[in-house]
Amino acid sequence: MSKLGTARNPVRAAIVGSGPSGFYAAEALLESEQVVLVDMFERLPSPFGLVRSGVAPDHPKLKEPIRVYQQIAGSPQFRFLGNVTVGCDLTVEELKACYHVVILACGAETDRKLGIPGEHLAGGHAATEFVGWYNGHPDYRDRVFDLSHDSAVVIGQGNVAIDVCRILCKTVDELRRTDIAEHALEVLARSRIREVYMIGRRSPAQSKFTHQELRELGELADCDPVVAPGDLELNPASRDELADRQSRASLKSYEVLQGFAARPAPTRRRRCHIRFLRSPAALKGGKRLEGVALMRNRLEGDPFRQVARPTGEVEELSCGVLFRSIGYRGAAVPGVPFDEERSVIPNRDGRVVEGESVVPGLYVTGWIKRGPTGIIGTNRADSVATVTSLLSDLPGLSAGARSGADGLSALLAARGIRVVGWSDWQKIDAAEVLRGEAAGKPREKFTRVNEMLEAAARDTRRAERAPAIG
Amino acid sequence: MTTVVTDNCQRCRYTDCVTVCPVACFHGDDEMLYIDPAVCIDCGACIPTCPVEAIYEDPIPEEKRRWIAINAERAPRLPVISKKQEPYPGAEERKKQLGFE
Repeated sequence: MSKLGTARNPVRAAIVGSGPSGFYAAEALLESEQVVLVDMFERLPSPFGLVRSGVAPDHPKLKEPIRVYQQIAGSPQFRFLGNVTVGCDLTVEELKACYHVVILACGAETDRKLGIPGEHLAGGHAATEFVGWYNGHPDYRDRVFDLSHDSAVVIGQGNVAIDVCRILCKTVDELRRTDIAEHALEVLARSRIREVYMIGRRSPAQSKFTHQELRELGELADCDPVVAPGDLELNPASRDELADRQSRASLKSYEVLQGFAARPAPTRRRRCHIRFLRSPAALKGGKRLEGVALMRNRLEGDPFRQVARPTGEVEELSCGVLFRSIGYRGAAVPGVPFDEERSVIPNRDGRVVEGESVVPGLYVTGWIKRGPTGIIGTNRADSVATVTSLLSDLPGLSAGARSGADGLSALLAARGIRVVGWSDWQKIDAAEVLRGEAAGKPREKFTRVNEMLEAAARDTRRAERAPAIG
Repeated sequence: MTTVVTDNCQRCRYTDCVTVCPVACFHGDDEMLYIDPAVCIDCGACIPTCPVEAIYEDPIPEEKRRWIAINAERAPRLPVISKKQEPYPGAEERKKQLGFE
């Protein structure tokens, strides 16, 4: 038998998920000294995970990593198998039988609930659903967001919360030439929202958003940021936190907030209110959401360990729509150990563990490994770490040749799965760009899986006919 | 928007920054690293990873602004550095000298 990792017996690697962590894992494998063949599985026909469906449409620069992913996908040692849901169309066991190693890079797709009364009321949503909806993710295509009330509330103060506020506060003209989904633009054009409230449970010293995202809220065409000067008063522990060198970024955010607070009275059509030291206690309403009860908080504890404690003071805010943005949450993959408490796949340095023992050949990277923290680039270092573990394990793995995706094609065909390859995706991609051209958009995304599959097939027929013409 | 590497990077080679760059925009000569502004997406992932706080983003302080042109001019002509390297001998002393523990 040939040595594993050579041209005659390449390492067969499956990566589940095509977001940043999946692509950076593929990159690290392909750049290693071993000969590795990578098959990447994705449940949608479209790749790129949250770079496509999470990054805000008005932040095109943050989608640039897609160019890097396209280069990785161009390697002859890389294959894409889109429209295949691992854990449903294909079990992890079936995958493991065809590969030496499997890397789970499926991210954190669900969200955290507030866990307060009234959360079931119509009008209360996860920010992630709204983000998926305006970014054209097929799962959220048919969500309905009622923007007919004049006030919206966003719970949470991370970058996702800011994205939601900004999309609600921008004019249609500010969004028209982005790749925002057409259905979302139509609804936003009819929005009657005038007041958007972004609520955080702790003080400005602990806010999670970046100062760049925050600064943007002050640069909108028809919206003023509103910060009450009283909300910027810090307790001694928070002042200590901001004075610490590791708080450079938070200090910049604080300065931006001070700038907002010092502005003259708002004059624009919309206002984005940024409020601190408040937690939602209950969502109020009869049939649908009418308001939210906010509990005022104070911070207790040592610097960097402060927790929010209710003061007992409650205030009510009228709103017709509310978005909770308090974090993404990983979901279990059938047949793979899962840490329910942390919502991650338990692992040691990227090696999946069951109890105390390592599951041979099974690895994890990205948000489903470490939880939903960090930005796109954070996943590159994380995936390199997982692949480093994987490569050091290779000598101990069974060196028998594996089939890779070739061994799965009959199974997938029998199950009626139409696998979307990289060239299929390229046709979908080109069709989206073409659809966007007339409207001056970088692309108009297909928002239904069947539309994507049709675009892949339609273009193929045209390509097949082409030689006859010449 | 601009993100630049400045003088604190000289003679260190910690290169933690390059491990989190999503677009491989760092280039380097023997002295230090530079960011190619045509490739950088200003995501800021690298900034907190630098042990000597050599990387600045907007608003860039006046005394560091000359590095904008230096990064733009040198980066495209130098090889990409996308993998972590061994810090130079003496990097730890230099870090202490610069006032970082």
